[in-house]
Amino acid sequence: MKIYIPLDSVAVALGADALVAALEAEADRRGVAVQIIRNGSRGMVWLEPLVEVVSDAGRLGFGPLTLADVPGLFGDLGAHPKALGLVEDLPWMKGQTRLTFARVGVIDPLSLDDYRAHGGFVGLDRAKAMSKAQIVAEVTDSGLRGRGGAGFPTGIKWKTVSEAAGDQKYIVCNADEGDSATFADRMLMEGDPFCLIEGMAIAGLACGATKGYVYLRSEYPVAIRIMNDAVRIAREAGVLGPHFDMEIRVGAGAYVCGEETSLLNSLEGKRGVVRAKPPLPALQGFMGRPTVVNNVISLASVPVIMEKGAAHYKDFGLGRSRGTIPLQIAGNVRFGGLYECAFGLTLGEIVNQIGGGTASGRPVKAVQVGGPLGAWFPPSLFDTPFGYEEFAGKDGLIGHAGLTIADDSTDMLAMARFAMEFCAIESCGKCTPCRVGAVRGVETIDRLARGDTSAIPILTDLCNTMKLGSLCALGGFTPYPVMSALTHFPDDFARSKEAAV
Amino acid sequence: MLDSSAQTDRIAEILTAHRGLDGPLLPILHAIQAEFGHLPQVAIPQIAAALTLSKAEVHGVISFYHDFREAPAGRHVIKLCRAESCQTMGADAVAGRIKAALGIDWHETTPDGRVTLEPVFCLGLCACGPAAMVDGRLVGRCDETLVAEVSE
Ligand SMILES: Cc1cc2nc3c(=O)[nH]c(=O)nc-3n(C[C@H](O)[C@H](O)[C@H](O)COP(=O)(O)O)c2cc1C
Ligand code: FES
Repeated sequence: MKIYIPLDSVAVALGADALVAALEAEADRRGVAVQIIRNGSRGMVWLEPLVEVVSDAGRLGFGPLTLADVPGLFGDLGAHPKALGLVEDLPWMKGQTRLTFARVGVIDPLSLDDYRAHGGFVGLDRAKAMSKAQIVAEVTDSGLRGRGGAGFPTGIKWKTVSEAAGDQKYIVCNADEGDSATFADRMLMEGDPFCLIEGMAIAGLACGATKGYVYLRSEYPVAIRIMNDAVRIAREAGVLGPHFDMEIRVGAGAYVCGEETSLLNSLEGKRGVVRAKPPLPALQGFMGRPTVVNNVISLASVPVIMEKGAAHYKDFGLGRSRGTIPLQIAGNVRFGGLYECAFGLTLGEIVNQIGGGTASGRPVKAVQVGGPLGAWFPPSLFDTPFGYEEFAGKDGLIGHAGLTIADDSTDMLAMARFAMEFCAIESCGKCTPCRVGAVRGVETIDRLARGDTSAIPILTDLCNTMKLGSLCALGGFTPYPVMSALTHFPDDFARSKEAAV
Repeated sequence: MLDSSAQTDRIAEILTAHRGLDGPLLPILHAIQAEFGHLPQVAIPQIAAALTLSKAEVHGVISFYHDFREAPAGRHVIKLCRAESCQTMGADAVAGRIKAALGIDWHETTPDGRVTLEPVFCLGLCACGPAAMVDGRLVGRCDETLVAEVSE
């Protein structure tokens, strides 16, 4: 009997490790031989822990599995109360276009044989036969844009580093993933670590870099363990070596260290303060050398682009948002998780059709797209198609493609206050609009909460100052959640003095 | 608890093990904290000397990051996610009940040294919030019953 039980953080947080122990004990008791494989997650969080039993017809899913459901796995599988049928046939799986996440949840994350059997290293092998300029051109032609938030074309960044003079260049993977509602980087690293390693190795070839770093946040213990194991295995197999090697570096709980220049300072062992640009990290990055800084998903999308060709990737999407995007649907949602599809679904389709509305069953009030620096969207904007320009056109951003769904019990003034509070806690302190503005922002919103509506123009003004005067997008974009809350939900800010007391 | 010369020796070993890394300070601080549960005062001059930094520079780095602590935590550490997705699932109310049950606020330790309560901003469990980490163990859809898990 061959059984898959995810090692993904979500599955573990919902009891997967205890299931493994129970399954082994039950198998022992019955004298049945079972092989348990710890896979990544399929991304259907409401079904986790999702256990899969291999059958002649394919992989049969059971979930969300509890300890009481374990003995049933040794009986009539069709009659099991948690039986879901073939996992591949579930609507959530069938609706997706899994390019970057094709292997996540499917393979044993630490098996190089599994990785190769599912198309792994085809892209790297192809890249090895190409010139630096050809690899850069392929990535540029794919239309891939940075998935870390800013949406900068990946190929153009690589071209700058590739053509920069320097005896030592670096590929730095930004795995700081600090935004609420995002977990695509985590799932990829836990479920298909070799894919990220392959993407970084291709970036190394394209740019003439022989050393890579993954800056991985400390809040992700499972991802840290899997990535370290994967690097060791890849090194033993000669995939990594003197030609290109890499290290996993662990962050220390600072949100701002996801900002690329702050990240580089942190990687150098300094305080994670933001650097003024220019110089661009592409020219003077880690240790002052030319450096690519890319998000996990940007880098992990490169192998499939090299494997299937730029045109294949570019065929998906809309407008200037090409390819696929792993949506992370979170918060108060019925069907939460990771859903990879071409750009272009409307926000309403994502929230209501894929996400199934709220978990509480109450009406959706607002959706924050793009993490703590992203705008809150009301249902009246649910026709906005998911794309970089489309969201910018509605005074929002897609960021790292995380969506927090909130029901009608949510107080938008409280959410706006939180945005300012978060900025104040996480500001690196280098620029005044962010460091001081965020503190003033909390105070101003507290005045509103006390029914002092004369504070509204002050808040608007403050947001403008932060937007225009901050050194990086922490202070610069905190106005997005604040102003969108104020604009779309004015009632939550118009508290009568009596009600506020 | 190690005496201070044993501490110094162990820190020296950690420093040696990180020789050759580019930008070794964060890995060193993590390793020392993993060893002692916090960053003992004696470590700062030792690190500074090994990396040719000033003590103030080392201290400046330590104080910048939320993860590093200069005093020991309680015997158990509960980290509760305060970020947006978890808030939409009632994280604030859960945090309030946990604080009341323990009688402490964020960043505080119970007087008996049993539990420290820390906020965390996202554990990547945003579709099964409220999320928590109890002594390094991840918990999804948590509530105040977490407190029972750290009773002694
Ligand atoms: C406050 C702040 C936090 C950020 N956090 C992240 C992060 O966690 N992960 C990430 O990839 N990019 C983050 N970014 C964006 C990076 O600065 C940078 O644009 C990105 O790493 C570039 O990679 P990409 O082009 O592949 O997206 C953040 C930016 C800011 C201003
Ligand atoms: S928002 Fe709480 S785990 Fe992400």
